[in-house]
Amino acid sequence: MENKEKKDVFDIIWDFFSSVKLAVVILISLSLTSIIGTIVEQRADQATNIALLAKFFGDSMAPTVYNIFVKLGFMDMYHSWWFVGLLVLFSINLTVCSLDRFPKTLRLVQTPMKPQGENAIKNLPVKKELSVRSGQTTAKDEVLNSFRSSRYRVFEATGGNAVQLYSQKGKYTRFGVYVVHLSILLIFVGAIIGARLGFRGFLNLPEGDSYSYIYTSDGRTIPLGFTIHCNWYDTIYYKDTNTPQEFHSELVITEGGREILKKVVEVNDPLKYRGITFYQSSYGMIPDAVGEFIIQVTAKGGQEKTLRLFPGETFEISGEDFRGTIVNFSPALTRDSRTGALTTFSDNMINPAVAIEFDRAGEGKSTGWILKRIPETGNLPDGARIRFLDYWGVEYTGLQVSKDPGVGFIYLACILMTIGLYACFFMSHKKIWVNIGPDPSGEKGHTKISVGGTASKNRLAFEKELEKILAKASRSIEERSKK
Amino acid sequence: MSSSTFFGVAELSYFLAMATYISYIAFRKNAIGVTATAITVFGFLNQSIAFIIRWVDSYHFWVESTPASAFIESLLRSAPLRNLYESLIFFVWSLILIHLIIEFIYKNRTLGAFVLPVAALALAFIDVSGVSTEIQPLIPALQSNWLLFHVLLSFLGYAAFGVSFGAAVAYLVMVTESRLEKSYIFWSIIVGVFMVVLIAMGFDYLSLSTMQRGELLQSYFLKATFRSASGSVVAVSWVISIAFIFVIWRFGLGLKRVLSALSITPNMLDDITYKSIAIGFPLFTIGGLIMGAIWANSAWGKYWTWDPKETWSLITWFVYALYLHARFVAGWRGKRVAILAVIGFVAVIFTYLGVNLVLSGLHSYGG
Repeated sequence: MENKEKKDVFDIIWDFFSSVKLAVVILISLSLTSIIGTIVEQRADQATNIALLAKFFGDSMAPTVYNIFVKLGFMDMYHSWWFVGLLVLFSINLTVCSLDRFPKTLRLVQTPMKPQGENAIKNLPVKKELSVRSGQTTAKDEVLNSFRSSRYRVFEATGGNAVQLYSQKGKYTRFGVYVVHLSILLIFVGAIIGARLGFRGFLNLPEGDSYSYIYTSDGRTIPLGFTIHCNWYDTIYYKDTNTPQEFHSELVITEGGREILKKVVEVNDPLKYRGITFYQSSYGMIPDAVGEFIIQVTAKGGQEKTLRLFPGETFEISGEDFRGTIVNFSPALTRDSRTGALTTFSDNMINPAVAIEFDRAGEGKSTGWILKRIPETGNLPDGARIRFLDYWGVEYTGLQVSKDPGVGFIYLACILMTIGLYACFFMSHKKIWVNIGPDPSGEKGHTKISVGGTASKNRLAFEKELEKILAKASRSIEERSKK
Repeated sequence: MSSSTFFGVAELSYFLAMATYISYIAFRKNAIGVTATAITVFGFLNQSIAFIIRWVDSYHFWVESTPASAFIESLLRSAPLRNLYESLIFFVWSLILIHLIIEFIYKNRTLGAFVLPVAALALAFIDVSGVSTEIQPLIPALQSNWLLFHVLLSFLGYAAFGVSFGAAVAYLVMVTESRLEKSYIFWSIIVGVFMVVLIAMGFDYLSLSTMQRGELLQSYFLKATFRSASGSVVAVSWVISIAFIFVIWRFGLGLKRVLSALSITPNMLDDITYKSIAIGFPLFTIGGLIMGAIWANSAWGKYWTWDPKETWSLITWFVYALYLHARFVAGWRGKRVAILAVIGFVAVIFTYLGVNLVLSGLHSYGG
């Protein structure tokens, strides 16, 4: 009773937050509430979610339910005050629980091992006994060697006519659980730093264009402090298919007009400069843009030239008696399987083709399509070649731009969590005592070895390990006694 | 022989093994148990061969389309873990592997009757869900070294959870005493629902003609019963299913008697449940959550976006974290933790399939 009266407010709060019951309640609440956000589409437009709610509540009720959901924060629930509150509660609980238990673990780890009485050894969860035909010193030496070769640091104590060896391994694995808890807190720290000091935005950067600022997803404009320029964007397709193999674009960073960095970014391989990272994330056509056709012509003699031509422009190839004019373009040319006519099947540059009109002196005009993905379509009968390299300036590269100074904490947390989990689940704290003394059965020249041990986890494996160590020791003892 | 031939043999073996394991617990003849294990091992070997052949095929496919890539890169990119079909197959392979290991360690064949049905469920799903079995080119988002390790570890984790599920259900069967007990009602409904889904997929499969089976493009999952176009079929399916679950509830105590006559004990099952979770939890955390977050950060610029897939794996993680803490810190024992282990695997199934089937998000490759 006296103790209860002495409890001050601090103790009460501490007890509340260090209770496992609270942890259970928080984990269940987090799981159940998280489900909501996977069903209601987050940060979506009003119509999408009203349509979804109409399926459950009917058309007439849906707008009302929607408004209630908005008030409850369900439409952006992972950032709502109550969900963040739950996470805060979770981290306080985690911290207090860990601090509450840590001193006990620390004592357990720091207290040095002491030799045990023979009876105490017999009462340990794992025990083995064997009798060997050798002197006590020989037996001790070999048991010692065997434990040492399994990387145990062995201590020795003598008492009466027996000698005791004892050792422990993996005591620091007891800290594993605290490392995991710490890593979770580090994730929160990283997330808060990222949310406070970082940003996330998007940049649709047209080919040939430059930007020195970006827009964040919540509508802010953020100056980059440098300029980013897109040289080109391109999609590569797997051979003979329309399945994209790579989306990539060449980006250039300039500062004060000076080129600092140039890199081709692709999915899974972003460009990073001054803490800001640019990820290849989408692409598209710029509406109503007129670009330049990049065409490479090779004369019969092998003389190569790259031309940049606007629609309607004309070119010549040395040694050829025609003038070519760019008359048409299709971003995705195909042959209609029914009519056999050429058509365009997409607005995206899936199979770009340029139509060139050849005006040959005396022979009149003819038109032919040259396809970017099938270079042979530009082979002329006399050996000269026209290659359609790109219709440049009509596509933009969609870049996800983000700055997250907290990500270092996240990576650190990932490493710590991996180490902590490994220690928690795949390692154990093992303690072993070996008593070596004369065989009580009284047989002369015999020594009794009794072993006892504990393991914080996976007793089965521990038993096997002990058996192996003892088998090795008894083999060596036998060999020595033969000599 | 092709990969699909070996896989077909493996699939048949697993279904046969399931039936044999169930007969083993029904008739308690040691010879039947040995046969069940032998069939399972045979199926596992066939599936392993199928897996290797598919990897080799995918390797050639990859090298053909991207001749410039180096050997190791090609090997990583062509690991057959890239879509729903391949991941389901790998899940079954891991599940059987872990099952065989546990059967070997514990020298007990009873658990097969509870684990093989989980494999059968995944296999039946492959057959009726219309997942593409073709080797497909790898889309840019998946062209990362993380793919192999992320999927490999996640699915080994899932498989360990699958085994813990089987053991936890068997545990509940063994320790519940009366039909009015909450834990009894819980397990009879879980077993009932799983069997109903398995049987319903059997109907899906039978109602498809051989030709349709080969070129199923859309999901036919439960189309012959619960999702049928005919309203009366749907109604009948529901009525029969509820009646079926009722029958399981009514006669489930018989199963307890059958298990009690075998050498397996509730303690052993509790131990298997815990050990599987103790293996699954770190694998899933490291492979699924940590590697997933690192990969997401390098591909999308954000390690966590509360995408439905991410959120559901977090929910799964919470449930198993709860299991571990309830058992070790709060001192929960017996039925309550076993129920958590069952709920954990239901969350796994939803993370794995439910999110892809029901919800949408960034992680839409399947698996």
